Formats: sequence, structure tokens, C-alpha cells
Amino acid sequence: MYRTRKTLFTAAALLAGSTGLAGIAQAEDTIKMGALATLEGAFAALGEDSMRGVTMALEEVDYMAGGKKIELVTGSSDASPDSAIRATRKLVEQDGVQVMVGPLSGSEGLAVKDYAKTQPDVTFVNGTSAAQDTTLRDPAPNFFRFSTDGAQWMAGLGEYAYNVKGYRSVAVLAEDYSFPYTQVFGFLEPFCRLGGKAPADARFWVPIGNKDYSSVIAALPDDVDAIYVALGGADAINFLTQYEQAGGELPLVAGSITVDQSVLGSKGRTRDFVIGTPSAGPISDTWDDPRWDAFVAAYQKRFPDGFPSPTLFSHGYYINTKALLLGIEAVGGDLSDGGAALRAALSALEFETPTGMVTLDPRRNAVADIFLTEVIVGPEGNLVNKTLEVIPAVSQTFGLAYEKFLEYGQVSRENPPCE
Amino acid sequence: MRQFIERHTFWAIVLVLLIAVFLWLVFAVWPPWLVAAIGRKKTFVNTLFNGVTLGGLYFLVASGFTLVFGLMRNVNLAHGSMYLLGGYIGYDVAEASGSWFLGLAVAFLVIALSGALLQVLVFRRMEGDDLRQTLVTIGLSIVAADLMLAAWTGVTYQFAPPEWLFGAAKLPIVSAVKSSGDAVYIKYPIYRLSVLVVAIGIGIALWLFLNRTRVGMMIRAGVNDRDMLSASGVNVQLVFAVVFAIGAGLAGFAGVVGGTALSISPGEDIRYLLASLIVVIVGGLGSVTGAAIGALLIGLAEQFGLAYFPTYGVVLTFLIMVFVLAVRPQGIMGGR
Amino acid sequence: MEARRRRGHGIFSGGIAWSDLHPGTVAAVVFLLAWPSFTSDFFTFQIGAYSLILGTIALSLMLLAGYGGMVSLAQLTVAGITAYLVAILGDNSVGVMGLGWPWWLTVPAAILAGAVLGALIGAISVRTEGIYTIMITLAIAVVSFFFVRQNYVLFNGWTGFAGVEPPTLFGIYWRDPVPFYYLSLLVAGGFFCAVAYVSRSTFGLGLQAIRDNPRRMRALGFDVALHRIFAFFLAGLIAATAGVLLVWFNGRVSPGTMGVEASIDILVIAVVGGLRHPIGPFLGAVGFVLLENFAIDLIDRERFNTVIGLVFLLVVLFSPDGLLGLWNRIRPRLRFDRNARPVAGRATMDAAGQPASARQSTS
Repeated sequence: MYRTRKTLFTAAALLAGSTGLAGIAQAEDTIKMGALATLEGAFAALGEDSMRGVTMALEEVDYMAGGKKIELVTGSSDASPDSAIRATRKLVEQDGVQVMVGPLSGSEGLAVKDYAKTQPDVTFVNGTSAAQDTTLRDPAPNFFRFSTDGAQWMAGLGEYAYNVKGYRSVAVLAEDYSFPYTQVFGFLEPFCRLGGKAPADARFWVPIGNKDYSSVIAALPDDVDAIYVALGGADAINFLTQYEQAGGELPLVAGSITVDQSVLGSKGRTRDFVIGTPSAGPISDTWDDPRWDAFVAAYQKRFPDGFPSPTLFSHGYYINTKALLLGIEAVGGDLSDGGAALRAALSALEFETPTGMVTLDPRRNAVADIFLTEVIVGPEGNLVNKTLEVIPAVSQTFGLAYEKFLEYGQVSRENPPCE
Repeated sequence: MRQFIERHTFWAIVLVLLIAVFLWLVFAVWPPWLVAAIGRKKTFVNTLFNGVTLGGLYFLVASGFTLVFGLMRNVNLAHGSMYLLGGYIGYDVAEASGSWFLGLAVAFLVIALSGALLQVLVFRRMEGDDLRQTLVTIGLSIVAADLMLAAWTGVTYQFAPPEWLFGAAKLPIVSAVKSSGDAVYIKYPIYRLSVLVVAIGIGIALWLFLNRTRVGMMIRAGVNDRDMLSASGVNVQLVFAVVFAIGAGLAGFAGVVGGTALSISPGEDIRYLLASLIVVIVGGLGSVTGAAIGALLIGLAEQFGLAYFPTYGVVLTFLIMVFVLAVRPQGIMGGR
Repeated sequence: MEARRRRGHGIFSGGIAWSDLHPGTVAAVVFLLAWPSFTSDFFTFQIGAYSLILGTIALSLMLLAGYGGMVSLAQLTVAGITAYLVAILGDNSVGVMGLGWPWWLTVPAAILAGAVLGALIGAISVRTEGIYTIMITLAIAVVSFFFVRQNYVLFNGWTGFAGVEPPTLFGIYWRDPVPFYYLSLLVAGGFFCAVAYVSRSTFGLGLQAIRDNPRRMRALGFDVALHRIFAFFLAGLIAATAGVLLVWFNGRVSPGTMGVEASIDILVIAVVGGLRHPIGPFLGAVGFVLLENFAIDLIDRERFNTVIGLVFLLVVLFSPDGLLGLWNRIRPRLRFDRNARPVAGRATMDAAGQPASARQSTS
């Protein structure tokens, strides 16, 4: 009872206090930066890792850029677009941030892009959201994505499956929402162009959060060469175990988050049968490159209680935050023109990341290197992804002209048809 | 049985025919026209088994829920949280000790104890006030879900069952005959078959407990008339605590069993709460037999929905619930 | 009270005299009307308007639970489906559905459909007594959530709809903070008065009597089920209208809008605020929205749900009437009681002549 009253009074005090503060202009020598990630709900662990990326980028420059002090304000969502918008609105309209990093997931990204259009003086930089349309169709002039989208992440995998593995027909098993659609599109588009087949009745779209795959496994056809699986997190773990239990024998081809460390390193049985499964994504645990090694070492030193190796979430937030800081540096911390100069600087930015050079295309989406990987047994006996090949400078339109690429249409269950 | 046949000859014939068709569907090799009509036999039989085994799992969770309600009129909406907590605790114990069975036992005991404590410390104070009790359980489930997220994070946990339970067994059911004349047998995970066996075992044990023991007799008497039971000199509070302990313990037990068959992660509490709700609404609140029937129905509906029309699978479950409510509001086996 | 009740003949007869107005009420009305003039856009829109919307949805639950004794967890489902209908019948930017009806057709159609949905949910759940309601409505809420998340043809699945715009009318863009605030205030205030009025009408008194003793009312010749279903219809109407505001507020709607956690939040708001008087849900909503926005500045945002859950538990355990009950309990001690009047919910005696406050159980 006492607690309830206290909360109410605290709330009342806050109300009075914050109302007064809202109008006060901020000090001249600081820049307020917002960071939005999923710090609550089932994705909280990923959100925390994202914030590690932000922290690393800021600590590298000691919270200073362009001669200004950077003040970080954190926002939290639960991965739903509604909560992402409420948190963003609070950061922008109440806390008065001038630049912002985030959000984490695809539909949040689309929502924040829409909101960005109503705040032309604030500069938004993506976190890790990877929906294609955040930048491809109807982009916001003040939304930048220095990380890549879900279709880009699949670069090289379709060709590899067809040419090297020799697969000619695949079944598809993926969650039923836009991110897997994007990944399936990214994989099938080159695979089918080469002559591969993935007929519509061999594509299985399961509800996200489905735990029991046994009936779906029973329905998978026998007469295909492999199964392309785009499931994430718990869904992937459930599928892999049940597939093994059911005595499944077809080889797998995996989406970017189907055989990453959150799945391979999960608690429970080791899944030796996934050894040799090819995949592709924006990072590779075992890329033998000094830039990546330095990043991993810095991450492990700074966050001993973090993941064994940075995830694509800390990586994505790190890159985007770093780009923003470089932009602020380039304009000498001068955002007095509503950030117009900053946005011009960001558009022209070209910089070195732990995973190679990153530039932007005309719609402010990253052109970056993608890693083609394969699951192997690592030096410590655990499963890791070995880098097979680095696909250089992958663009959002797969190197096609923008108009030509739009003709493929929006990602969906049936795109590409591939009959 | 004979009485039934004599009284309802027509329905008995229909029933026998249905069983015959069903057995034929399971054991015969399907002719091509049937495959063309409803897909491969492998899919059908596997889905059937999945439905039945999932029904077994749902029964484990829902029987505790319905038992507690039957006696105490307490709708424990924290039942899903108990399932999840049982899974997490069982996992930690199994990991630390290396014994899956120890994890199972500890999960049962710890959750049973927490259930008894809840009954003694909280629900006893607001007896007869159903709504407030229910609200308390909602509050508990909000806090529990968040604290479990803090303690075990959002990572997915999956048990390693004893090796002899892992892998697939070949069933003596032919799914197709190859062109070479070899029969292809259907493979099915051993673990899921054992879930079914365990569920049937628990069901029989519950039945024996309720019908053949002294405490069971008191419980049944309490379900019928609580006041009269207490007037006849029985320590009702003790009976309540025992029942709550058993009900909660079953949820914890199911957490380990279900966590091994599938996995445990945040959000599972709501899934199994929903499953329990629908199972007991369909089966009838307070009836263990009803829980078994409801669990089987919902398990089958969910699996056939997932295999044959994934988008509308959840609607099938819902329609069953609405249909039962419309025809028999108290549930299939509901007494009052 | 007796006299007033006898005066009426129709189902809604009853009345509120202007002399009933408490000075505090006048002060509150002035404060609410003046709110945008001394706060920032953020406080007008995201705190003010959003509290009013959540409060209105919780009000619909208060109507059912407080007067009808039926705790429904599906009120947000009604609001959510209505929000979807606005996106489906009207315009959206996603390219799925969007029949492009004009707003003056879309809004009434969506609200009416929402109210009918509310009545249907009622019809399903009032077939059984008491505590069943909470279970059935929870099941309906969860199933609806899963359904809209998986259905792509109508509801566009996981992504839902974006780009839902309120109309520009009289040259005003109604999502601008100040107009939207007043629109929400109008809706919330209107329903607040309506609920206060209904509670004293013949129908409302009948509903409260049914809450306290359904068997006696049935014996007296009342159609118990019909009363309850009509209450669900009214509550559906309130929740559906709030749903239209909700989709205009967010500009979008997705399955998460009507998720299970969000549905339970509505219950938390109503119970913490207090189920005895229509003002309770709004108190709860203000507290909730403030916490939701500023908890991250005070405590670790990660444990937000623990705080919410604990507050809820404490209220249920120690002050079943919520903040309102707390206020009623401390008011005598503050010596404000000279012109204290009992609040509406308390003042109404049920048919058995037993004070409403004496009842607890519903089954």
C-alpha cells in the first residue's frame, strides 16, 4: 500500500519536474544521442548485447565527437513496433535527442522509418533491423542504415548451394513473417536463376514461436536434395532437435540466424548432424582478419560476462553508432542547422569496420561485405561457423539497377516463384 | 457396454465403422487416390501420433489445473508459470547432477512445495473470494515471468534426456511400398512415445489415488460438498494443501517432460496456460477424465491444424471451445 | 436514491442533477481542459491522450467487472480488432486490404462491428457462471492474438498495418497533439459520464443486482443472460471507440497491440485504479503511462514488469478497491469528510438491500 502511494507521488513529482524541464534548451557543448533496443521481453538478451555495441563505439572516442560531449539516453522496446514508436517518441520529443541509433528488429525498423519522416531535424541511424523496405521503398531522407538487410545477408549462398553442393531442388521451411521472407528471397533468387527448383507446395511457413515441428517434419517431401531452413533462436533449436529425433536425413542450408552462436551454443545436446551446413550473414565467428580479431578481443575484454563472441547485434549497433560518431566528427559537432550537414556527411561516409569497408547507396543503405560460412567443429570442440568466402561489396539490389530490382516485387511467400 | 449397444444400436454401428476406418487408415498401405486426396500416409500417421502425444503432455499440465479448481474453486492462472519454473529448476538440477530423473523429481517436489506454500500463506486468507484469488494468481504470473526472465534470461533451454530415450523407433506400420517391393516403415521419436506412456501412467495413478485411497475419498467428498466434509471432522485445510501441492507438482513435472520433448523459453508459461484453459473448458472444470478427453481433442486439433492448414490451426482449437460452450457450457464431463 | 430510481420507467431512466457536482469535479474538469496549455506536446500527446485512451479501454472493463461482476480480459481484443477494421476498411500504407472507405463510413462501421464482437464474446462467456468468464475471455484474447498474427489475407500477419491516418477535418489534422488530446478527452469524458449515468439507470441497477445475486434476479423475472450480454455490448462500444483512437494515436496496428501482456495490462490498470467508480480506470491509466515512460529513468527498465506486477499484487492483497479505495480509506483521516458523499458505486444498494461494498464474490 505504502509502495503504491509512493509510486503515485513519485509519478506526480516527475510529472511536475519533467514538464518544466522539457522546454529548457540543452547546453551548447553536448549532443544528446538516443539508443533504442529491446531491453525487455524475450529479446532482452539480444538488446543488451546491442547496447554493448553502442557502449564500445562510444568508449572508443571517450564519449567525445567533433569537440562535443555525447550524452547517451537509452530507450527500450519489447520488439513490437508500437512500443518502439512510443520509446522513440519519448527519446525525441521528451528527452530531446538530436541523433538516434536503433531499433533492433525488422518491423520496428519500418515503424521508426515512418516516424522519422515526421521529425526531419533528427538524424536516425539503424540498429540491426534488416527489413528490405526500411530503405528500399519509400525511404525516409533522415534514416541511415550502415548495416545490411536480410536479403543481402544471403549473398552467395544460392550460388554455393547450386554450384558447389550440387543441389537442384530444395524444400523451404521458414517462419511466417517478413524477415524470413526476405531471407528466402535472398537465397532463392540466385538459386532459381541458375536453374534450381523450390516449388510452392514444398515451402512450409510455420507460425513464429511454434515449438512443435514434428508434424511439419513429417510433411517435408523426400524427393528434394536439401532443406533450406530460415528459423531463428528458440524456433531453430526446436526444429534441429526434433529433426534429429525424427531421424531426418536430408542436408540443410541455413538462414543467417539459424546456425549462429545463439543456436549452436544453446544449452543442451550438441547437434553434430548440422556440421557442414552452409549459411551466410553479416559476420563470421572465425574470420581470420586483424580488424575482426581486434574487435572480438576488445569485446571480450570489455564485457567478460557477455557472449563468447560478439553477435550480429552488438556488431550492427557498433557499426551504426561508429558511423554516426564519424559523421558528427566530420561536421565538427555542429548540428545547429537541424543536422543537414551531418546527414550530408553521413551520406558520403566511407569507413573501415571490423568486417570490412562500408559505403552507402543513394537510399542510404549499406554496401558491405557478406560472409559465406559452414558449420565445423571448433578448436574447443564446440560448433562454430568457418568462413568459406567473403563476398565483397554486396549491394541491396544485388548489383542490379534500382528500377530493375524493384521489378522483382516485394518479398512474400511466393517470391520468387521458382517453379 | 452391452447396455449401450442395445440402447443405441445405430450409434454403436457408426462407432464401430469409424474405428474400423480409422484402423484401416493407420495400418493399410494407402491407395493412390487417397494419397491424391489427403496427402501422404506418413504425414497423416505422424500427425496422428503427434496429436496424441501432445495430448498426453497437455493432460499432464491440465490435470493439476483442473484438480485444484475442482476442490477449491481456485482458478490458478499462475499454473503456466509453475510449468515454466519447474522446467528451469529441473534443467539446473539435471545439469548439476547429470541425472535427468533427479531433475524431474526435484522439479516436482519444489513446485509442489511452492504450491502448498501459496495455498497456506495466500489463498487460505481469501477463501471463497474466487475473483480475488484469480487476480492474485495473475499478479503472481506477471512477477514470476519477469523474475524468471532475469534469472534464466531469454535463452532457450533444452534437456538432454537419457540416451536410450533419444532417437527414433521404427513402428510396425507401413507407410509406403517401394517399387522394389520393400516396405517403408514409419519412424517415430521414442521420447514422444514415452511421454504418452507417462501421461497414461499419471492418469491411472491419479484415478487410483482419487478412487482407492482415503485422501482421495476426502478430496472427492470435498469436490461435492466442501462444508459437509469439514463438518464431518476432516482437516479441510490439510486436504487443500495436499491437492494444491499435487496440482502444482504436476505442472512442474510437466515442465521437465515438456521441456525435453520441445524446449523451455520465456512465453511458454502463457502457451501452456492457454492449453490448460482450453482443455479444461472443453473437458469440464474439475474433472480429471474431462481433462484427458479435452487434452486429446486439443492435441489432435493443434497438430492436424499445423500439418494441414497452418494459418488457421489455432482457429480450429477455438472452434472446438466455442462449440462445446454452446452445446454443453459446463464442458464435456463437467458436473454442474 | 430510492426516489430517483422509482422515477424512471425506461431501461436507461435515471439521472444526474447538476447540484450533484462536487467542487473537486469542477477543478478536475478545468485542469483537464487546460492541460495542453501548460505542457509540452509530448505530455499532451503521449502522456495525456494515451492515458485517456488506455483509461477508456479500462473503463469498459470497469463497467463489466465493477457493475456486472464479469472480469473480461478480452476488452483490448475488442479495441484491437476495431483498430484493425479501421486499417482494413479505410486506408493504410502496407498494400494489403485497405478498402478505402471514407472515414465517416469506416469509423461507425468499425465501432459497430467492435461492439457486436464485444456482445458475441459476452454471449459465449455468460453461458457459464462467475469465474469461467475470466478464463473464457482470456482464451479468446490469446486465440485472437495468435489468429491475427498468423492470418495474412485479412490482418497482414506479424507486420500488421501501418500508415493509418485520422481524417483532416475542419482544416485540422487530428493527430496533432492538441486536437488529438481534446478528441480523446471528449471520448473519455463522454463515456465517463455515460457509465456514471448507466450505473444509476434501471439497467445498471439491474446489472448490479445480477452481480450480487443472479438466482434471485432470475426468479424475479429478469433475463439475466440478456442483461449481461447487453453490458458486454456497451463495454464493447466503449472499447471499440477507444480502439479507433488507439490506431490513430499509433498510426499503426499489429498483433502486439492486442497481445496477452497488453490485455493483462488493461486489467492491471482497472484493478489498480479501482473498480468501484468510473474514475478508477483513468487514475490507473495515468499511473501506468507515467511509469511506462519514465521507469527507464528511475530504475532499470528491464524489471518494469516486476514493478507493475508487484504494485498489482499489493493492491489486490491489501486494497481490493485500488487507489480509489485507498483514497476513500485515508480521506476520513484527512478530515475532508464534512461534505463527503459516497461515490456512485458504493451508493447503489443492490436489490437485496445489501450495500454494494459488502459483496466480493461473484459466483
